[in-house]
Amino acid sequence: MSVNNQKNDMLALLKDAGIAGLIAAALALPLAGFKTFDVNGTLTAEPRFHWVLVAAIVTFVGRFTISIGQRTFFSSFSKAAGSSAGSIGAFIKKNQTTLAILLLTAAIIFPFSPMANRHSLDLAVYVLIYVMLGWGLNIVVGLAGLLDLGYVAFYAVGAYSYALLATNFDLSFWICLPMAGIFAASFGVILGFPVLRLRGDYLAIVTLGFGEIIRVVLLNWYSLTGGPDGISSIPKPTFFGMAVFSRNAQDGLPPFHELMNIEYSTLNKFIFYYFLILILALVTNFFTLRIRKLPVGRAWEALREDEIACRSLGINPTNTKLTAFAIGAMFAGFAGSFFATRQGFISPESFTFIESAIILAIVVLGGMGSQVGVVIAAIVLVLGPELIRELQEFRMLAFGGAMVLIMVWRPRGLLAFREPTLKLDGQDKKGDGT
Amino acid sequence: MLKFDGVHTHYGNIEALKGIDIKINQGEIVTLIGANGAGKTTTLMTLMGIPQASKGTVTFEGEDITHKATDKIVSNGIAVSPEGRRIFPRMTVYENLQMGAITTKPEYFDADLKKVLGLFPRLEERIDQRGGTLSGGEQQMLAIGRALMARPRLLLMDEPSLGLAPLVVRQIFEIIKEINEQGMTVFLVEQNAFHALKLAHRGYVLVNGEVTMSGTGEELLASSEVRAAYLEGGH
Repeated sequence: MSVNNQKNDMLALLKDAGIAGLIAAALALPLAGFKTFDVNGTLTAEPRFHWVLVAAIVTFVGRFTISIGQRTFFSSFSKAAGSSAGSIGAFIKKNQTTLAILLLTAAIIFPFSPMANRHSLDLAVYVLIYVMLGWGLNIVVGLAGLLDLGYVAFYAVGAYSYALLATNFDLSFWICLPMAGIFAASFGVILGFPVLRLRGDYLAIVTLGFGEIIRVVLLNWYSLTGGPDGISSIPKPTFFGMAVFSRNAQDGLPPFHELMNIEYSTLNKFIFYYFLILILALVTNFFTLRIRKLPVGRAWEALREDEIACRSLGINPTNTKLTAFAIGAMFAGFAGSFFATRQGFISPESFTFIESAIILAIVVLGGMGSQVGVVIAAIVLVLGPELIRELQEFRMLAFGGAMVLIMVWRPRGLLAFREPTLKLDGQDKKGDGT
Repeated sequence: MLKFDGVHTHYGNIEALKGIDIKINQGEIVTLIGANGAGKTTTLMTLMGIPQASKGTVTFEGEDITHKATDKIVSNGIAVSPEGRRIFPRMTVYENLQMGAITTKPEYFDADLKKVLGLFPRLEERIDQRGGTLSGGEQQMLAIGRALMARPRLLLMDEPSLGLAPLVVRQIFEIIKEINEQGMTVFLVEQNAFHALKLAHRGYVLVNGEVTMSGTGEELLASSEVRAAYLEGGH
């Protein structure tokens, strides 16, 4: 009887794996079945059906192994993986201060280490921009619980306000930076008003629409924004208005290396960018950590948990949501103006939906509301695709697969614990530790 | 202290309250009982301003609060322990209590906290535990404690006995009595008519959006209609 059962089971599993293999083959046919060439300006395709076969066989064997495994040792394996992940989380939680200091020290030493060259500094700046955007969006999504799919719009507002102010009115970066933040924040309020009554999916759709509106306006308002041509030769920041990062003096300012009395190096400029974005990002972080302890920050968190309870406690949900949108947008504006000054060129291309998606993925992957999680997720999501460039056209496939695996492994994000912001004195030992 | 004068409330076309009159005096426990759908919660919600009354007035300490915003009503001195408790599950007990005090001045916090924890020693034991990990009774205590942290002069309670074991219900009602003896005016909305009427100084019976009976707790408990409608069946 039981032998018979097992046989039936086996057949069912084989059938299941067979179907998976067929689906894989069908998907792989258009995706991997042809290699395209550019021959004298015309696109030609060369079939390579063995790739399809490989995909089908890999999927068949994989599916079969997983389903067999699920019945035997996999359940215990995944449990073990879960608990080890839990202990990593607990470890990080316990040593958070030490870890933060270590990370910070590493971040400060990095540009002076032998590892620093133009390429690595560029990458680090790139990661830090996303860390800052992640921290900014974390205020809106992680703390206030308002799902914002159009965050890149504020980033764009910041970038364009710096670019336009600097190119048209010759204002310096240090004046434009706060102005860009204020512009972005007011756009946050403008977005905030119509969506105040919306929640969840509906809110997400409207924010998505808002992000697209900004991009389309930038694309079509040719006289102001240059449309698809973008804005080029955006001025570089000066060293706090005291020096410039070129070999020779400019606009009456001495070059940086002369001011500091050091050897001229092209790296100086990149190190300066690095520290500039590092400081901006840290300001975002400290602001968030502080505001979580203030009434408005706690009101955000309470709003995420239960809006009706919030109302019953006398919290004004309108103001609370608007401040969350405005402050989140403000940091995106800062990041945007930094982006504009570093690139020296911006166009609507840089502010597509995929940017919003990546920033949101950083927040979700990091574990909603976790500050350290955002850093780790930004490193994984931004550096990851850079490191696996060798995989060429399969890069995004591997990247997507890795994201799926991470979310299976840690469904609530890498660091999904919420640190209480306040404790009663002398009660530190108690608590449930989750 | 609190007065409903001919209050009508509509949900769209549906008239949920058809002109009710309720009066609550300083220091009383007044209960509002009624079956499901009678409009008990709507009465409380109208008082809090979501939805606002379409006709009639609600006055609190002589001030018309019919069309005030909810957060203004709370800072006027009315706190509510909402139906279904609605504590913040991911925040600790301490943080939940802090949220209750968000509209008050910070200097009151320590004394208020001591007072609330004195009322609910159980909450003190669980002070760093997350709200979601508490039992139903403890969550109800937390909801009441959180409401008290707002330093109200009138405490509204919507179904504090909902889903709790009889023993725990008795504990909760003991505490309500204690809070009242310390000088708090309590407006209690309950389905558990027997306990509510035993505790309350006065009561109102709500049927289909209209107040059909009112009187002292004992009078209503003794009344045959109340007995027939709400107390039969082994309460």
